[in-house]
Amino acid sequence: MKPQSEMRSKSSREMIRTIGLHAVLVPLAIVWLFPLWMMMVFSTLPENAIFSAQIQWLPGTHFWANFEQLQADTGFLRTLFVSIMVALVYTVLSVFLTSMAGWALARYHFLGKGMVLAIILGTLTLPYFVVVIPQFIMVARDFGLANTWFALIVPPLFNSLGVLFMRQSFSMMPGELFDAARVEGVKEWKIFLFVAMPMARPTIAALCIILFLASWNNYLWPLLINNQPDMMTAPVALGSLIGLTRVSWGGIMTGAVLLTVPMLVVFVLLQRHFVAGIAAGAIK
Amino acid sequence: MRARNRIAYGFLAPYLLIFAVFWIWPIIYSFYLSFLSTRAVPWTWAPHMNWGRLWIDPAFWNALRNTLVILFIQVPVMIALATLLAVLLNSQLLKARGIMRFAFFAPVVVGEVAYAAVFRLMFNADFGVINKILTGVGLPAVSWFSNPTAAMALIIMAVTWRWVGYNAIIILAGLQSIPDDVYEAATLDKVSKTKQFFFITLPLLRPIILVCVVLSVIGTMQLFAEPFLITNRGGPGGATETLGLFLYRQGFTVLNFGYASAVAYTIAGLAIIISLINFWLGRDPK
Repeated sequence: MKPQSEMRSKSSREMIRTIGLHAVLVPLAIVWLFPLWMMMVFSTLPENAIFSAQIQWLPGTHFWANFEQLQADTGFLRTLFVSIMVALVYTVLSVFLTSMAGWALARYHFLGKGMVLAIILGTLTLPYFVVVIPQFIMVARDFGLANTWFALIVPPLFNSLGVLFMRQSFSMMPGELFDAARVEGVKEWKIFLFVAMPMARPTIAALCIILFLASWNNYLWPLLINNQPDMMTAPVALGSLIGLTRVSWGGIMTGAVLLTVPMLVVFVLLQRHFVAGIAAGAIK
Repeated sequence: MRARNRIAYGFLAPYLLIFAVFWIWPIIYSFYLSFLSTRAVPWTWAPHMNWGRLWIDPAFWNALRNTLVILFIQVPVMIALATLLAVLLNSQLLKARGIMRFAFFAPVVVGEVAYAAVFRLMFNADFGVINKILTGVGLPAVSWFSNPTAAMALIIMAVTWRWVGYNAIIILAGLQSIPDDVYEAATLDKVSKTKQFFFITLPLLRPIILVCVVLSVIGTMQLFAEPFLITNRGGPGGATETLGLFLYRQGFTVLNFGYASAVAYTIAGLAIIISLINFWLGRDPK
């Protein structure tokens, strides 16, 4: 008799806990999803519906009309092209540069290694604002390279996140493997490229996602350095519309959806890598 | 050893070059700039000008005050909420785990401009959906962009929406690294779930939560896009002007690079000091 009643009370306690858990989480989840839902709804509504007295909960059919308005306002397709190219090239370059540096720091003893590491780690948490003014003076005035692909892609490559990621990944690999290749007479750069890099694929995947996202959403630097319409990134172009008095909000929301939804899809498909990248970025 | 040096620097050189030019040199140059008078060309050495002006510039103190208000309200609220979310999302009893995680983690991939645009439209005083909901349930509409307190609350809500999931991901990773047998032992000893949370989970999570606090402090000290875009350049009348926005104005609207550099180093100094205080307060009590 007794064990049975204890079991029943245990399962009813569990039931209460389950209900309590969802009573907290479900309303919060709805609040958190609400802005994203409204973004999609707004992007499909004509202007008069967005600003009508009634709340519009459901999407309409005005997406293409809104997009055409946005395209007319900013040449959004061109800015999307710039954003995609910059994010792709930046990600590939950054992965290679930081992998090479991470490899050197993980696998060789060399003069000044401790100092290089100390400088990278010691300045890691310095606010970006400390460097943005000199970067701007250098690129815009000294190099004369404002409104170029170089300005968008190269300065942000200083980011040392990849160095620490890749160093961690390379240093956990078994050294015998690389030594065996050396005995065979394989050159160091081939060991790096054809042995170590393929083994680091999960880390590289997480790193690629984080870097692509950072570049895709980057706002302050592109805002400062590229202000010509044909070299603006999509967030900068969209930001320039916000705050104008006569502007199509449906168009702005369409732009927000085009910037956001692809990333949400990637997030859903690659959630594991995303979460791994963010967690590792903070914990390293 | 010489050969090793050459190989290692061969791998390091491309990155180090970029790192030196676009990170290390600017850190040094920015410090030097803060001692120059840059209001007219040519720039001249004026060591007290910018730093002295900081002390007496009411616009700077206003921005500093606003930033600290956001910092001391937003960061604790967000970290507490993130911890709660992480614990709840980690529960075995949770249904629809995928959707729940998506709801809170999705804002992590949303860019500043996109979410600023949505918040600006949602909180529009006359046509915004938030005020329609408020009046719909019998509450008064709020002038989100013309009432200083409401504008500040709006910035705090927006930043919390965007970043709570990011912190929850980090804390969740920390939670999942706590071995199960710790809890099994506690359950066998009839320690209640609430007590387990306060006496096992929280102490073990402390280092991770500290990291979240420090990252959030550094982020908040540089808050720029939200007051720039949502509350329209720090409005109303500078009520949401942050240090980041103030720096942007001095540096890139007025083009007073020296003064902006002094502001930048003030931001860095404050971020470091507040982070160190956090580490000191959150150290292991031994």
